[in-house]
Amino acid sequence: MIQVNGLTKDYGARRAIDNLTFDAEQGEIVGFLGPNGAGKTTTMRILTGYMPPTDGTAVVAGYDVVEESLEVRKRVGYLPETVPLYNDMTALEYLKFMASLRRIPNTEERAYETLEGVNLRDRADSYIGTFSKGMRQRVGLAQALIHRPEVLILDEPTIGLDPQQVVEMRNVIREIGKDRTVLLSTHILSEAQQICDRVLIINKGKIVTEDTPENLQSRLVGSQRVVLRVRGDSDGLTNKITKVKGVRTVESKSDGSVEFEFSAGEDARPQVAKAVVQAGYELLEMRPVGLSLEEIFLELTRENSAETKAS
Amino acid sequence: MRNIWIIAKREFDHYFISPLAYVVGFVILFILGAIFAAIISSASQQALYGYGGVPEFATISYWFSILMWILVPALTMHLLADETRSGTIELLLTAPIRDYELVIGKWLGSLFFMLTIIAATLIYPLILNSLVSPGIDQKLLMSSYLGLILIAASFLALGVGISALFNNPIAALAVTFFTLFSIWLLIGIPANFITGSGAEVFKYLDLKSHFDSSLNIGTINLSDLVYFFSLIAIGLFTGTTAVEIRRWR
Repeated sequence: MIQVNGLTKDYGARRAIDNLTFDAEQGEIVGFLGPNGAGKTTTMRILTGYMPPTDGTAVVAGYDVVEESLEVRKRVGYLPETVPLYNDMTALEYLKFMASLRRIPNTEERAYETLEGVNLRDRADSYIGTFSKGMRQRVGLAQALIHRPEVLILDEPTIGLDPQQVVEMRNVIREIGKDRTVLLSTHILSEAQQICDRVLIINKGKIVTEDTPENLQSRLVGSQRVVLRVRGDSDGLTNKITKVKGVRTVESKSDGSVEFEFSAGEDARPQVAKAVVQAGYELLEMRPVGLSLEEIFLELTRENSAETKAS
Repeated sequence: MRNIWIIAKREFDHYFISPLAYVVGFVILFILGAIFAAIISSASQQALYGYGGVPEFATISYWFSILMWILVPALTMHLLADETRSGTIELLLTAPIRDYELVIGKWLGSLFFMLTIIAATLIYPLILNSLVSPGIDQKLLMSSYLGLILIAASFLALGVGISALFNNPIAALAVTFFTLFSIWLLIGIPANFITGSGAEVFKYLDLKSHFDSSLNIGTINLSDLVYFFSLIAIGLFTGTTAVEIRRWR
């Protein structure tokens, strides 16, 4: 459904994306994960026919994005990050306008159907200008879905939504992704893990890695980190923990807590807890620290450079 | 072709919920109405003393042509600049429509709105026709209206083209205003100071030589039509090119 080969885009002297190659099959939800400015939006804009690439090719729904741009645009639904809406139109008018541009025969019926799908049927005649952020996002999604596209491209679909709305949006996307191709971008790791079948991690215009969320998780979590807190002074605590078998590193933090790391294979937590209590400390808290996206990038880029050196 | 109508219709409808469009319509009809009242009353005063001419519609259409370059920028400034500013251009440029369809659609939408205003001014010749005997020169009237429609179409096309160049409607307003003012007045000035074929060129570029001293006095020359259609083509070409360049940036 989406085949991208060597895609490159320069903005003047700045290279926004550099030699991207990936694909996405029908019925697959592919997550584009990366920090702001990584090139996610640029890639999506090329795939939707908004702008041509500097180099490389992209085939979406069987058509080349440069040579057969109009054919691609007919088959792609796109929700840009800015959620472009006309505030002076009602939700219904807006969707009817978009439906007519998409050559849908019965625009009104289709507009109502689509509004139903995003739970906005009862607000069909309200002006978009009066909508909350979450509702705007849903109207934007409705616009992307109005022509039942084969490929759906969503740029940061859950940004700015409250937790309840995020859950709703994710459910809607999962539903759509059952029989169509969805490419979505996010910079939230847990989101990518929850809804995507496959994750592409992109940084500085390059794909750093590509895998299923499960594999990614286990690849990254070669070691686990735990924060530990005791009542009162934690002096001398680091020495005690260092001696426990399986513990790799120990570090005392400025706020009085201690952070230690152990290999994923051998869980050192029971031993550490025992050692701490036996040493006479009152153990208050012990919790695992998840890897943040930044750490993943550090991890992955380190991994990559190590591989390059080895080969 | 259908895409052009869809864009044009949306734009036309948009004018009817836009306060600015109502202001433009009101200002045109109010000023022309005041001028109309003035020429009627002065003509009737003069008639009392047994001299003076018959009031002519050409006076109204002359003032209308001036109002056009003052007010058209207000009608066109938002057309593409607003879409760029609000990001909705991304929606239109990823919809299955061609860039020129978008630009022509925007232009036609504004032209239909302007034609609505022009149609409303038909009230003045209708009144005038009942006041003067044996009625007004209908062929002259048609020529004047053809001129007004061509001015509207070419000014709006230039406005659309300039609006596509900017992502700030106020900048589009200022540049459109200056451009139309140049066409109406400035560009003809050098013709007064030079002679020969150079002067002819500047005279040709001057809008007044195609309206005030041509269509508005009842002569329709091919060169006038070529002039207005050239302006329309320049405007729409500029708009389409600007949209395309935006994609490549």
